[in-house]
Amino acid sequence: MTTPSTILAESSNRSVLERMHAWAVTVDHKKLGVMYILCGLVFFVIAGLEATLMRIQLIVPLNDVLTPQGFNQMFTMHGTTMVFLVGMPILLGAGNYLLPLMIGARDMAFPRLNAFGFWLFLFGGILLYFSWIGADGLYGSGGAPDVGWFAYSPLTSRTFSRGNSTDYWILGIMVSGFGSMTTAINFLATILCMRCPGMTMMRLPLLAWMMLVVAVLVLTAIPVLTAAQVMLLFDRTLGAHFFDPQQQGSAVLWQHLFWFFGHPEVYILILPPFGFISEIVPVFSRKVIFGYALMVAATVGIGFISLGVWAHHMFVVGLPPWLNALFAASTFLISVPTGIKIFNWLGTMWGGRIRFSTPMLFATGFLGMFIVGGLTGIMLAVVPLTHQLSDSYFVVGHFHFVLFGGTVFAIFAAIFYWYPKVTGRLMNERQGVWAFWILLLGFNLVFLPMHISGMLGMPRRIYTYQPGRGFEIWNLISTIGVPVQILGVGLIVWNMIRSLSRGAIAGNDPWDAWTLEWSTPSPPPEHNFDRIPTCTSARPLWDRKNPTDPDEHVE
Amino acid sequence: MRSGHGIRWVVFWLLACVILFQCPAVAGEAALCAPGDTASIAPTVVQPSIFHPLSPPARQIESLAWLVMGICAGIFVIVEGLLVFSIVRFRRRSMESGEPVQLYGSNPIELAWTVVPLLIVFTLGLVTIRVIRDVERETPPEGALEVICIGHQWWWEYRYENPLSPQGEIVVANELHVPVGRPVWLRLESADVIHSWWVPSLAGKMDVVPNKTNHVWFVAEEPGLYLGQCAEYCGNQHAGMLLRVNATSPEEFDQWLSHQASKPVDEPAVAAGKSIFLELACSTCHTVAGVSDGAFAPDLTHLMSRATIASGVSPLNRQTLRSWIDDPQNMKPGCNMPSLKLTTDELDDVTAFLCTLK
Repeated sequence: MTTPSTILAESSNRSVLERMHAWAVTVDHKKLGVMYILCGLVFFVIAGLEATLMRIQLIVPLNDVLTPQGFNQMFTMHGTTMVFLVGMPILLGAGNYLLPLMIGARDMAFPRLNAFGFWLFLFGGILLYFSWIGADGLYGSGGAPDVGWFAYSPLTSRTFSRGNSTDYWILGIMVSGFGSMTTAINFLATILCMRCPGMTMMRLPLLAWMMLVVAVLVLTAIPVLTAAQVMLLFDRTLGAHFFDPQQQGSAVLWQHLFWFFGHPEVYILILPPFGFISEIVPVFSRKVIFGYALMVAATVGIGFISLGVWAHHMFVVGLPPWLNALFAASTFLISVPTGIKIFNWLGTMWGGRIRFSTPMLFATGFLGMFIVGGLTGIMLAVVPLTHQLSDSYFVVGHFHFVLFGGTVFAIFAAIFYWYPKVTGRLMNERQGVWAFWILLLGFNLVFLPMHISGMLGMPRRIYTYQPGRGFEIWNLISTIGVPVQILGVGLIVWNMIRSLSRGAIAGNDPWDAWTLEWSTPSPPPEHNFDRIPTCTSARPLWDRKNPTDPDEHVE
Repeated sequence: MRSGHGIRWVVFWLLACVILFQCPAVAGEAALCAPGDTASIAPTVVQPSIFHPLSPPARQIESLAWLVMGICAGIFVIVEGLLVFSIVRFRRRSMESGEPVQLYGSNPIELAWTVVPLLIVFTLGLVTIRVIRDVERETPPEGALEVICIGHQWWWEYRYENPLSPQGEIVVANELHVPVGRPVWLRLESADVIHSWWVPSLAGKMDVVPNKTNHVWFVAEEPGLYLGQCAEYCGNQHAGMLLRVNATSPEEFDQWLSHQASKPVDEPAVAAGKSIFLELACSTCHTVAGVSDGAFAPDLTHLMSRATIASGVSPLNRQTLRSWIDDPQNMKPGCNMPSLKLTTDELDDVTAFLCTLK
């Protein structure tokens, strides 16, 4: 029998070494999911510290806390870490943990491939960070990569990037990218083949639908990045000239390849959060999701369109005007399914009896902030306006509203929501509410002013700025927001650690929810379900709890 | 027949949009403004801001910005309003028990919030295409002054065609001079990595890409010093790659041009500095007309006619010039000019020589 005290309970009578060994060799999707998320959170703290250093450098004009190269390394590592080592592992890790439980399976389709993927991600990340020690190479110039997470050629060529730092960037991301691909294959096979009896595709939890589309996007986008990185590696080490303009290579080709990966990547980072919100909002509004079928259609639509919008990152590269217009049109188009989702969530809340527990607080915060990020995104689709705003701080503000106000808030919502399932204990509610408001305040202090400094002409990625241009006050406010944000994140981390031993016992189903993972004990046993459940609608537990008014009658 | 009504409204909207955006008055033709009475006004510093446009493309983008921000603000108020209303109105009250009515969806409502956003983005799409047509020119405006702009790590080079100069062109660094009221057609090229030319008050930015020729155009409407800076990450000193555009009256501009075309005065008093300049590495990179012809670094023929040094990082005078030559890495860490470890005397001599390059 599993006791619901801690996640380590089942093995508590073994030595530390034995327990560590058990985690290292595990192929259990739950343990792997937890390891993904914990490693992601560690990288999150590291990337946060890098961002803090940048904000300290930018607190006043002509500051010299960091050297120019030091600053450039900070934004390169911050961006690379947040995208590849925080966003993807936490989201794929959550998928790893939740998918088999939500669809009534005992594990992922390929458990050992799953473990392989996790270790590839982790060692890829460590390889990237090892650059700080190892990238000096033969040239004595190096350290961490300083070419930006987008690594535009020809800045990445041997001529302009000496030493081995760029090679570390290529290899670290390539290795963890292979990990993401194996995970995506696993997701596809699991969702398509491992659903419990009765769970048709149109009864799939929305999170699983979003993860399915994410898996397709990962398999479409990451190989393109990997191929481009191999080409770059050839350029750098074997004397190829794919991206070398001096030898009739093309600098713009890299941008096409990178953003063909890069834009779907944005949806890889936002679709799972959409999934979290689609699970959390109905449960706490006590209403079924409004427009399930349209939600699915919108998700698939976003997946398709996201493969055809990449050149909106390149509106000032000098592509032909008709091409810019075409990509503006596809970008406008993708805002429609995204808008549908927001309206469907609002429709779900409408007429509900909303409980504002911490998961719902963070989910509501997500909605409020993501709307802002979405609208500034529409502004950036207006090509001539992007001639002004591209590569300015406005863009930094925009995508942090999407990826922090959106993705990170949704991740915290998910952590508060599923923590009791993973650990058997609830997180502290009062601390959670405090953390939410502090984080919301800090987040807006940091990122709202960036919209203004961008419109005043402040470009991104500058290690310092000239006084008297009107940037000072906005940068000062941004930096003041940093400690507030750190306090908010710190409270959540503290809450997670403390609740592990002190949280209230959660029981199987603390939120009175409707998907299958809440029918197992918390934490779930290694085999997940004693008997494989059957499923009668998209809300199997609703049907069990409300036998007089089951969903199956509605379908 | 409510759906019939709906379809009629949609068709009406589409037609209205198409007609409206064919009308030049809405998007505003990029009218080239006439030069104003400029001679008497002292040049003012124009800080970079997209809301302080003094050139047709920047103006058009600004009015577009207000339109788009207005539409987005409207959506923002409605959607966030609905969110706040739901939070307040539908929060669970303590006396309520049991589950609320389950509503699985509604085809008309879902259709509405699919079609309405489609119409909005269709409208925005038409406005966008309309303004792209005006702002992204593929041919130079009539009577334009054509200047070649070359981005280097981390400075700007400008080349003017000029018959007065022996080479047929004038090469200057970092400070672009243009006449007020005349269109300028900048041909953007890069010597190394990607840069981006961005002076917000004049025009939107355009990337400066190696092995690819881009263009940007503007008409400075008022005399003044327009500020901006490189907007594409280009390495260590990306932040130290500042842009300065001096717009002056056409007469002043012509004067400036003919001065730049002239050869510098050869002063025997600074021969010592000149020989150091020639013997050490300086001349490998820097051109001084009639003295050296290095091509990697800024042309110094009329160095002292500029207001700044190191691509705008510092004002230019004898002291700053001397400390720059002494150790460029101090003023602009990471830049490509090395410190030549000159003695104090050598430093004075070279500075004296460069100060004659007026």
